[in-house]
Amino acid sequence: MPTEAPLRAPLFQALASETRSSRRVTLSFNGEPLSVPAGISVAAALLLSGIERFRATPVSESPRAPYCMMGVCFECLVTIDGVPNRQSCLIDVAEGMQVRSQEGARDLPFDMPVVATLEVQP
Amino acid sequence: MTESLRKGADVLVIGGGIHGLSTALHLARAGVRVTVLEAEYCGRHASGVNAGGVRTLGRHVEEIPMALASRTLWHGLQDVLGEDGGFVASGQLKLAENEAELQECQRRVEQLRALGFTHEVLIDRQQVQELVPTVAPHVVGGIWVSGDGYAVPYRTVTAFRLAAQRLGVQIFEQTPAQRIERSANHWRVDTPTGVYQAEHLVVTAGAWAGQLAAQVGEPVPVHPEGLMLMVTHRVAPFCTPVLGATGRALSFKQFANGTVVIGGKLVGSVEFSARHGEVQMDRLSTSARTVTDLFPHLRHLGVNRVWAGVEAFTADDIPVIGASGKADRLSYSFGFCGSGFQMGPGTGQRLAQQILGEHSPISLDPFSIGRFAQQAMTLEQPATALIHS
Amino acid sequence: MTAESVDVVVVGAGPAGMAGASELAGLGMSVVLLDEQGSPGGQIYRGITLAPLSRRDLLGPDYAHGNVLAKALADTSVRHVKEAAVWQVSRDHQVSYLHGGRMHTLQARAVLLATGAMERPFPIPGWTLPGVMTAGAAQILLKSAGAAPTEPVVLAGCGPLLYLLGWQYLRAGVPIKALVDTTHRDDYWRARRHLVSALRAWPYLRKGLQLMRSLRQARIPHFTGATALAVEGSDSAQALSFSVQGKTERIATRCVLLHQGVVPNIQFSQSLRATHAWDPHQLCFSPLQDSWGELDVPGVFVAGDGGGIGGAQAAALQGRLAALGIAARLGTLGAPQRDRRGVGLRQELNDNLRIRPFLDVLYRPRDEHRIPADEVIVCRCEEVTAGQLREFVALGCAGPNQAKSFGRCGMGPCQGRLCGLTVTEVIADARAVPAGEVGYYRIRPPIKPITLGELAGD
Repeated sequence: MPTEAPLRAPLFQALASETRSSRRVTLSFNGEPLSVPAGISVAAALLLSGIERFRATPVSESPRAPYCMMGVCFECLVTIDGVPNRQSCLIDVAEGMQVRSQEGARDLPFDMPVVATLEVQP
Repeated sequence: MTESLRKGADVLVIGGGIHGLSTALHLARAGVRVTVLEAEYCGRHASGVNAGGVRTLGRHVEEIPMALASRTLWHGLQDVLGEDGGFVASGQLKLAENEAELQECQRRVEQLRALGFTHEVLIDRQQVQELVPTVAPHVVGGIWVSGDGYAVPYRTVTAFRLAAQRLGVQIFEQTPAQRIERSANHWRVDTPTGVYQAEHLVVTAGAWAGQLAAQVGEPVPVHPEGLMLMVTHRVAPFCTPVLGATGRALSFKQFANGTVVIGGKLVGSVEFSARHGEVQMDRLSTSARTVTDLFPHLRHLGVNRVWAGVEAFTADDIPVIGASGKADRLSYSFGFCGSGFQMGPGTGQRLAQQILGEHSPISLDPFSIGRFAQQAMTLEQPATALIHS
Repeated sequence: MTAESVDVVVVGAGPAGMAGASELAGLGMSVVLLDEQGSPGGQIYRGITLAPLSRRDLLGPDYAHGNVLAKALADTSVRHVKEAAVWQVSRDHQVSYLHGGRMHTLQARAVLLATGAMERPFPIPGWTLPGVMTAGAAQILLKSAGAAPTEPVVLAGCGPLLYLLGWQYLRAGVPIKALVDTTHRDDYWRARRHLVSALRAWPYLRKGLQLMRSLRQARIPHFTGATALAVEGSDSAQALSFSVQGKTERIATRCVLLHQGVVPNIQFSQSLRATHAWDPHQLCFSPLQDSWGELDVPGVFVAGDGGGIGGAQAAALQGRLAALGIAARLGTLGAPQRDRRGVGLRQELNDNLRIRPFLDVLYRPRDEHRIPADEVIVCRCEEVTAGQLREFVALGCAGPNQAKSFGRCGMGPCQGRLCGLTVTEVIADARAVPAGEVGYYRIRPPIKPITLGELAGD
């Protein structure tokens, strides 16, 4: 995990004029639990929670965060429930979601297979 | 029946892919003045959009001597071009997924051995696991060639182009050759931007070479296909060698930047007049399934882009390389059936030797354009798009 | 995988898609409407059906109008598939999409592309830093999550959408630290020749003037004629620097919202190999189309900003015109019927487009913010700079596709969406040839990524 700067206030927050949605969901980001409003995108939820860095680029490990919020820039890529390269601005939050930042080249979960003597006919 | 080329005489090459540029380079090194005419830009088609495999493994027996000679050049490309085109000697491995396939591999290796070729080696399950620890456990063995590998196609073609240009080769892009004609002592090539002339003509025009050969009166049974490839998002390194399979179509490699290119002579469709290969997505499903069978952990890996290149296929799956059978001072190198990238450095050197009248231990007889005249072949119109059902 | 048959597939549920689909259904055709979002509206009307009253009020009457279209759509027989990621549209009208993790294919007789617009790239130093977003992104946060910046924010660039956002933030009580406007006196001067047509679009003009007046009355620091914009910061945005009348200004902020217009999203039309032309007024590529929106790929139509920037009202009208065009093409309407029904729509469309030439000139993005200096990142995904791009050109790369092959520029996940126009213009500028001659990236499917497992049909 990259060294986190001391937590600052989130860049974005829900407007006071908004009737606070009573429904909230809990998801985790890099293992940390976050309580977020239901019915919003994962990207919005992370921004509202003060997450400013969604990933590091594969080329130079530079920090990136959402830019367009509409699925065009592909900057908001995170891993959701083990699946990498998800555009978090296009996916709504769900209870228990596990979101992880992407650090450089993707590292897919890999389980070393047990070598068996079976033969498979393709 | 071409006389050897006098130094200072000039050569026109039609087609700026790897074969044309490689030929031009070797001619220029011998002091010949060369002009290359390219219809679009160098490396636009097969040479620049293939899977990048530098492969002697699995070659048609007739191609092996040329491929082995070419491989030597690949290993020394840095010295020749001043740049290695991204070539990595990662080795190539053809997987056998069951006993029947392994036996097929064994027969192949024995066949080559009997012909004096030792580059393909049969390996067992454990050896496969050592080479590719991440592959699925049902793989029982395969064929391994350690000196093979892969390169970056467009980068390689550009390296050939720049090296050729440094040696004085003139390259005209956006200059399609429409008409070729032999006059008294020279060749005349008509293009939209003007007429070019040279004493010797080389046709390395890939899928469009057949049309030119027909103009000279030696039609070749060659047709275009759109071969499909996919490239994925980046993933952490998990596979070093280039992989193929025995029982199903696969060519699979992970580049240094982590992306995976997946191919395997997957046939899409072609719009020949538009110079465009089109992807048939449903056929790619089979290829994707092959990959996830062999590497289950890749099922969540995203496919970033899919494309199809226009490749020339001959009726007997062997290219046409060498002198024309009909006209003086005309040479060909085309019809590589999707396997021409690796051959590029070698064919260019060999064809230059042929043009210069130099001796070579590699016979061009198997690649002779004359072989088709013996068979009663009907010319397939290259303008027809072939759709495989 | 058998393809389900349908008369028309509409891609995109923004104003053009909603209006077009509704019109097609009204003409008796079977229609499937595919959209990425969970509710209709596209971007301009994002979240309209879910927005609480207070939010709709805040965003203004234009936004609220989206509900009319959405309600009309809901009353039709259109099958609206939500959260569908279309990854291929073929020339023979097959549309493949991902929905619920599975691949689906539709065989249509005609396709209507209504994929709208996207923000023009704004390549300036530091534009890739966290904390830098587009004005459109900020509006989406407002529309879909009722969220706005916590600290004083800087709005930078030009164009109506920037001022609209400022106005919306004012109403919401969001502090705006500054409006850094790249519009220059000279732009007003050059735009004067379109003033007559602009005046004929008086309602639109008046709205704009009211907007600007509100911003002025709120005493928001407004810098005009700004040049040399740059975002400062190491790991995130810390300030925006710029130059006004030769003097360098620096405004500390953690949030910079950039905007210099919107451009057509041409991924699908390019992947279909439809002919596109460079529009020298809008400084972008748009597909060639006839008066009904049909591309030079038979049976494929475009409506809305995806065919050329015209705004939301124009988009809905174009959607309906395209529907008429499709109906005639499929034999549901005769050509005379189609023409007759289209007359009123076309009149209204022309009225709505009347303001465009004026806006295009007045809010023309600065050359330096489209053709950046060497050190600026052009391809965000692969981190290719303008300088590297110029080196490729020097090596003989004459167009975007060669640049792509040579340096991975445009080969990342966004497949050229954020860099395409910049790459074309940088190459054109370096080669001293027109942008139209340089062309655009060759776009291939999947237009949205699909995993190997999904492709395998797992």
